Amino acid sequence: MSEEKAPAVNQLGLSKADYKAGASTMCKGCGHDRISEAIIQACYDLGVDGRSVIKMSGIGCSSKTPAYFLGQSMGLNSTHGRMPSFATGAHLANLDMNPIGVSGDGDSASIGMGQFVHMIRRNPKMVYIVENNGVYGLTKGQFSATADRRSPSKRGKFPREESIDLCGLALELGAPFVARSFSGDKKQLVPILKAAFSFDGLAFIDVISPCVTFNNHEGSTKSYTHQKEHGVTYHDPFFIAPKEQIDIEYEDGELQEVTLHDGSKLVLRKLEKDHNPAEISSARSMLMETRDRGEILTGLIHVDTEQPSLAEVSGLSREPLVRQEQGDLRPAAGVLQGINDSFRI
Amino acid sequence: MNPVVNDFSVRIATPNGTGSQTSNIVIHRALLRMGLAANAKNLFPSNIAGLPTWYQIRVSPGGWQTMAESWQILLPLNQATIGKDLRESAPGTVVIDNSDWKTADSAFEGFVRYPVPFDKLARGIDNAKLRPRLKNLIYVGVVAWLLDIPIKAVREALETVFPGKTEVVDLNESAAMIGHEYASENFTKQDPYTTESADQVGNRILVDGNEAAALGAIWGGVSVVAWYPITPASSLAENLEKHIEKIRDKDSDGANRFVVVQAEDELAAVGMALGAGWAGARSMTSTSGPGISLMAENLGLGYFTEIPTVIYDVQRVGPSTGLPTRTQQSDMLQVAFHSHGDTRFPMLLPANPGEAFSMSCQAYDLAEKYQTPVVFMSDLDLGMNNWICDPLEEPSTDFDRGKIASDEVIARLEKWGRYRDVDGDGIPYRTIPGVTLHPDAAHLTRGSGHDEDANYSESPEVYSRNLDRIARKISGMVVDLPEPILKPGQGDMGLIAFGTTDWAVEEALADMESTPDYLRVRSFPFHQQVGEFLENHESVMVIEQNQQGQMAQLLAMEYPQLAGRIVSKTYYGGLPLSANFVREALQSASEVEAR
Repeated sequence: MSEEKAPAVNQLGLSKADYKAGASTMCKGCGHDRISEAIIQACYDLGVDGRSVIKMSGIGCSSKTPAYFLGQSMGLNSTHGRMPSFATGAHLANLDMNPIGVSGDGDSASIGMGQFVHMIRRNPKMVYIVENNGVYGLTKGQFSATADRRSPSKRGKFPREESIDLCGLALELGAPFVARSFSGDKKQLVPILKAAFSFDGLAFIDVISPCVTFNNHEGSTKSYTHQKEHGVTYHDPFFIAPKEQIDIEYEDGELQEVTLHDGSKLVLRKLEKDHNPAEISSARSMLMETRDRGEILTGLIHVDTEQPSLAEVSGLSREPLVRQEQGDLRPAAGVLQGINDSFRI
Repeated sequence: MNPVVNDFSVRIATPNGTGSQTSNIVIHRALLRMGLAANAKNLFPSNIAGLPTWYQIRVSPGGWQTMAESWQILLPLNQATIGKDLRESAPGTVVIDNSDWKTADSAFEGFVRYPVPFDKLARGIDNAKLRPRLKNLIYVGVVAWLLDIPIKAVREALETVFPGKTEVVDLNESAAMIGHEYASENFTKQDPYTTESADQVGNRILVDGNEAAALGAIWGGVSVVAWYPITPASSLAENLEKHIEKIRDKDSDGANRFVVVQAEDELAAVGMALGAGWAGARSMTSTSGPGISLMAENLGLGYFTEIPTVIYDVQRVGPSTGLPTRTQQSDMLQVAFHSHGDTRFPMLLPANPGEAFSMSCQAYDLAEKYQTPVVFMSDLDLGMNNWICDPLEEPSTDFDRGKIASDEVIARLEKWGRYRDVDGDGIPYRTIPGVTLHPDAAHLTRGSGHDEDANYSESPEVYSRNLDRIARKISGMVVDLPEPILKPGQGDMGLIAFGTTDWAVEEALADMESTPDYLRVRSFPFHQQVGEFLENHESVMVIEQNQQGQMAQLLAMEYPQLAGRIVSKTYYGGLPLSANFVREALQSASEVEAR
């Protein structure tokens, strides 16, 4: 009789299966499914209690994916482009919850551009993922606002308008955490997601996520092949949880460390060029240079752990508003009397 | 000449943004200090400075709070409108004008004129820097002389306007005295209008509907407020923030048990309110017509996914930008069935600040108990004008958070599902993320078709069943919605009105010999009494402030078999409704009957 091997468990005693949810209805090979897997991996590794996460999304293929990861978490699939506002409200109502916002390039770069912009200004604590494929999938292949002018559709047509680089825009808006990754690069995406979870503020991640049905053909700049050929990164990221002891031996100057709000660290091993993501000017120039060369920069582009979060600037109680009782919320007897007196003639 | 005591309207015409508002408020407040239930309506333009504005103060033996259609005393102090202001005044009107403008004497024919050289008199104000603003106080003094308002009352009014600023009060008072002295030295009283102290006010208070609604929200336990600036709703959120900072207890660290976010637009404002409601906090947003239009899609999501939140619609004149600073009740049909698809939103219809407070407070219980957005339908007249009303009343009931799927509830129920109608009343059990931790609790809320367990479904049966349950839930709300108020009269005729129209109706009915039965509707969906009222009257006039007779249409839709009894009378010019309009409407109806 062979002994069955017990499944591996994390510090909460949960197996990876506990972080999964319903079966995906994405097309086979869709980049979005890889991102869902990366979210599952990151949460499993971090030992996140799914019940402390809320999954927020808008409308589109990407926005459907919260049904396919973290089955123990509640979620709200809101209206097209409006995920940021719903997530902001839910976050403020309960600071104990960790929101993951999942959006797409149509959702965030077109119809929801205003909300994307203002969410960055507001800086609530949440992970904001744009699953970026340059195309409207559910409505059968129209260009999105992130489609590059030189990137033809399947039928050979080119976008007439300039594309929007969400990372560049996020930098311009003062986002405190800007990263780009690729759904096909789990090795990079998972540590970036972990860092995003540990960040007390808006952690924006633009993930190139090829659409196998409408935008994975030759000439597309959002295809698996194109990303593999033109993707460039300046760091290898390693995530180190709080109190975790990991010795990484490298020569001096090769490592950069980003200490996050909960004490965890993202260690970046330098590859070919110097890029200090703590410096905004470095972030800007790296992004511009690579873009000019037709490359797609991935990795942690910018981080600023000093920027105050929305809850902080609002002077909001750490005790979640949803837990406040009538006694905390309704003014004491007599207060109304005083107000009436102030309205006396 | 017999004196006319405490029965007149004063109309003051000035350019917007010149500081005249302070003077107008001082006159109003001084009359209030005399114990007179004076009412003031601010007819202001959508403009920061320059365009004409009118302020109309009314004193009446009945202490009525409506605006009269005519005035007995005119201060045409805006050169751009003086011709029009004089033309619109009835013969015999008392006119206090600026004689430095050299207006042709012929323009004043038929009026009782008191010409005051305001520009020359202003040179007597020592403080050159403040002169342009203090100049307005001169007419306060002239009016005080004209109406025999004691200087003490003027000073007390100034103390209310500038609390704790004795120096400012002194400066303003001395400016007012310039006008008072000029008038007493140069004029002989030639008109009958005067005032006497009275006890019309008693224990009552003066407050506008937006501030009362804001306070109601605080007593209702609102903790997440998201809004976008818009006239005439801005002062609701602004007052809310002002008061909640002072009167909501802080936590042990001194941190806030509330948050107010000024959103980037109304789409985001309602999104935040719904997000917070979904997460389990009491939330709200306040807006007016253009904002309520923008909120449509998200409110549809709130209806279909059953998220509690409270929306305040302080109605203004539409469509489009309309007249942003004028009043109307013209969002009724739009809100009742807001958003695409089949929806029905509960509406609260306050008529006065007392109801603005109590209904605003109650709205949070209704939203949570019935898990739906609730819309508080105010208007500019209620929201932005001051009203003399009874003191705000402490709510008599505790919070009703409705059916919450706590871990215990889920464990107890045989089969829990977010949208299961366990109790047969159409109201499911809602979860609070992070508080409901039971393993069966997790689900994804979605605006797409969903079954009882919140799973995606395109099944025609599941979809219809769900939509029907929600409709049943909303219809069932009437037991908790404010009941209509019946004021019996004589005769077969019925009269229905709602919101601020009530003030004009009450005044009109007060001096009529034979009055119709009057039913004031205070919520939608309608109570059974509304249908009964239509059944019991051969003819029911519905008076409201919009062009299309939106309440009349709603009634006809809800009671199609009685639709033929409804006579719609509408006013939609944007001014506060007058009692005279109601009188004439009722008159026309009785003439039809007599024929």
